[in-house]
Amino acid sequence: MSNALLINLTYVAAAVLFIFGLKMLSSPATARNGNLVSACGMLLAIVVTLLDHSIVDFRWIALGLVIGGVIGAMAARLVAMTAMPEMVAIFNGFGGIASLFVGWAALHSGDVSTFTVVTIFLSILIGGLTFTGSLIAFGKLSETIPGRPYIFTGQRTFNSLLLTAIVVVGVMFCMDPANTNLLYVLIALSFLFGIMAVIPIGGADMPVVISLLNSYSGLAACAAGFAINNNILIVAGSLVGATGIILTNIMCKAMNRSLANVLFSGFGAVKTALAKVEGEVKPITPDDAYYILEAAGSVVVVPGYGMAVAQAQHVVKELQELLEHNGAEVSYAIHPVAGRMPGHMNVLLAEADVPYDLLIEMEDINPRMEMMDVAIVIGANDVVNPAAREMEDSPIYGMPIINVDYAKTVFVLKRSMAAGFAGVDNPLFFGENTRMLFGDAKESIGALVREFSS
Amino acid sequence: MEAVYLTFILVLAIFLGFELISKVPATLHTPLMSGANAISGITLVGALTSAGAGSAEMATLLGTLGVTFASINVVGGYMVTNRMLSMFKKKEGDDQ
Repeated sequence: MSNALLINLTYVAAAVLFIFGLKMLSSPATARNGNLVSACGMLLAIVVTLLDHSIVDFRWIALGLVIGGVIGAMAARLVAMTAMPEMVAIFNGFGGIASLFVGWAALHSGDVSTFTVVTIFLSILIGGLTFTGSLIAFGKLSETIPGRPYIFTGQRTFNSLLLTAIVVVGVMFCMDPANTNLLYVLIALSFLFGIMAVIPIGGADMPVVISLLNSYSGLAACAAGFAINNNILIVAGSLVGATGIILTNIMCKAMNRSLANVLFSGFGAVKTALAKVEGEVKPITPDDAYYILEAAGSVVVVPGYGMAVAQAQHVVKELQELLEHNGAEVSYAIHPVAGRMPGHMNVLLAEADVPYDLLIEMEDINPRMEMMDVAIVIGANDVVNPAAREMEDSPIYGMPIINVDYAKTVFVLKRSMAAGFAGVDNPLFFGENTRMLFGDAKESIGALVREFSS
Repeated sequence: MEAVYLTFILVLAIFLGFELISKVPATLHTPLMSGANAISGITLVGALTSAGAGSAEMATLLGTLGVTFASINVVGGYMVTNRMLSMFKKKEGDDQ
């Protein structure tokens, strides 16, 4: 059997493992094994590639594998669960830049056809914008740069000019691939494009951006696969591309907005809420909150990004156990876009050992909300804002929300009366049945836990 | 013909991807994303050939950079996904 045939047949096996791995990743019971299956596929593909006769020098490969492997393993081990969104973002970026390098290196592999040059152009463009876009997303998520949308006058004009420049330089590059100056300009433009695409997007829209960048990193690998005529890159890359698009779509639906709206509107910065909400806020002390909770038969916890910031997941789990011990039924209501990445809250609660079957999705919890004695909102705002349901002139009108205001009593844990990310007033805070528990979420819940324990 | 054949694979794989994971519970959104992300590190396979072909110096350099970044993506991606998934538990008493 020829060497090339063996390699390609093994790629088929690797592709099958990726497909089964992804399939198993979509069910909680098999997810962990699914990840291992997909990792086996990857290992198989890598090992068999090393058998390729055209590889004559293993020194550089070993160097790259060791450096990359060590950095990746350290990062994966050391990262705190709360820092997971930025971790996923940065890994994504590295995948993108790697595809850029693969495309670039393909230019140096002798004569290349026009079709190959076009795919090299695509892998450089998509890889480059995935890289810088992910870096900006990383910066925003880790708050090394401000998370608010960055908007300036003439942004649209600038972006259209940038896009035109990319097309023009791209065409010139495809006609004259030996011109390295064009190549450098192209790389610079694709980097700039990634930056410009992500800076106008605010922190709360990050779930959409991360899923989209995830999709791009797959497409970049796909383009690189075309550039070097490699099937496994194309298959694996397009599987990832499809996964990313599906997640992006779920996130957009959960916000009742189109993808174009998320990418181009700079949500929250340009719109000012027309309707002012008036009313009286009723604060409550942990003491009084304890008495209400002690009498409650059913409690639903609604976490948001504030829980991640306050790192309150462990103390929330403690409160859950005390409430259950007291005879109450406790569940968690998870909004699809709560937090900064798809499924962010689920990961944090899993870290605190909360069983995943207590986590209930929005559509399933809403019909039961009226039966709930107490709803505890921890650092969530826009995803529980009744204005989305009732006030037609509200910028978030139409977004599906968790109807906590239908519960008998609502506790809102909040630092201060500042508006949520979208800059929209929240009528929930002024509701008849709402009590505000001001302060750091972790401390407030800690105070409740102490009341129960004493 | 090569181009057509590769495009064929692309189109089929995209459709397969959509069918494969159209229904995912919210609990698994993050692990699915980071697991898929690790798969996108497959570009490592391409980088390996460039880094080891011993052709132009430039190609070796670019290939090595590609191998390094893609390995971070692959190793980090799979390990972090595994770490996350190991935390997901059902209620005590009914294992698995």
